[in-house]
Amino acid sequence: MAIPSEQEMYRALEERHGAELQRKLKSASVAVCGLGGLGSNIAIALARAGVGRLHIIDFDRVDISNLNRQQYFPEQLGQPKAVALYDTLHRIAPYCNIRKDTVKLDETNIPSLLSEADIIVEAFDKADQKAMLVNCVLENMPGKYLVSGSGMAGIGPSNTISTRRIAKRFYICGDGVSDVDDGMGLVSSRVLICAGHQAHTVIRIIAGEFDI
Amino acid sequence: MVKINGELLEKDGKTVAEMLADMDISGQRVAVEINEEIVPKARYDETILKDGDSVEVVRFVGGG
Repeated sequence: MAIPSEQEMYRALEERHGAELQRKLKSASVAVCGLGGLGSNIAIALARAGVGRLHIIDFDRVDISNLNRQQYFPEQLGQPKAVALYDTLHRIAPYCNIRKDTVKLDETNIPSLLSEADIIVEAFDKADQKAMLVNCVLENMPGKYLVSGSGMAGIGPSNTISTRRIAKRFYICGDGVSDVDDGMGLVSSRVLICAGHQAHTVIRIIAGEFDI
Repeated sequence: MVKINGELLEKDGKTVAEMLADMDISGQRVAVEINEEIVPKARYDETILKDGDSVEVVRFVGGG
């Protein structure tokens, strides 16, 4: 079956979200840094909601160990995550403007690579890399909103995962303490809860709702 | 007194680096804000906490 036109898909979103919110979502630009359990799920939620521009970034390739929680398929093993997720996002939201980069973000390339985004999502897995991105964005890119994730490993309760507003433009989702380095694995359902917090925080910022 | 992550502590006059050392925290995995302004990592040694400051120390943990 032929896919619906851009207008048809936009109208369907408008009916569900309202014209004003859909206009805001369509004109928003979001960068998702890290496309693992958090980032792949966040990007899909944002694409489904009709965010107009997505920039997806990861240096890594799809591995069999990712399949318990990350939005990839067995036949995509070995592909760069940015390429594999691009294909999925394009199927979900064919008219979304998606930019993909297979690159390792660091202090030298973050300010230029992320300059177009209104909202930056930190979805890395390593704690020192999370801190690096957050410090770099907050120090060098004062106009950006930043939504970070920290603490979602293991099978702890759902309700210990929350969203905190640390500063005017800086939010953190997670329980803040469950560290994958403590030996607790990452479980799809709990990672999804944190990804849901992050994606929803992005959508609320786009809507102009800044309280938590 | 300085409010650190919501708790009032006598850290006036200490630097951010000293505060982190007191808390036994490595500087590689944190972000520090004073009164909602980020403290650049390069200034942890020279930034001094003042009476009435509100400090947020964000410790990142792994997983994603």
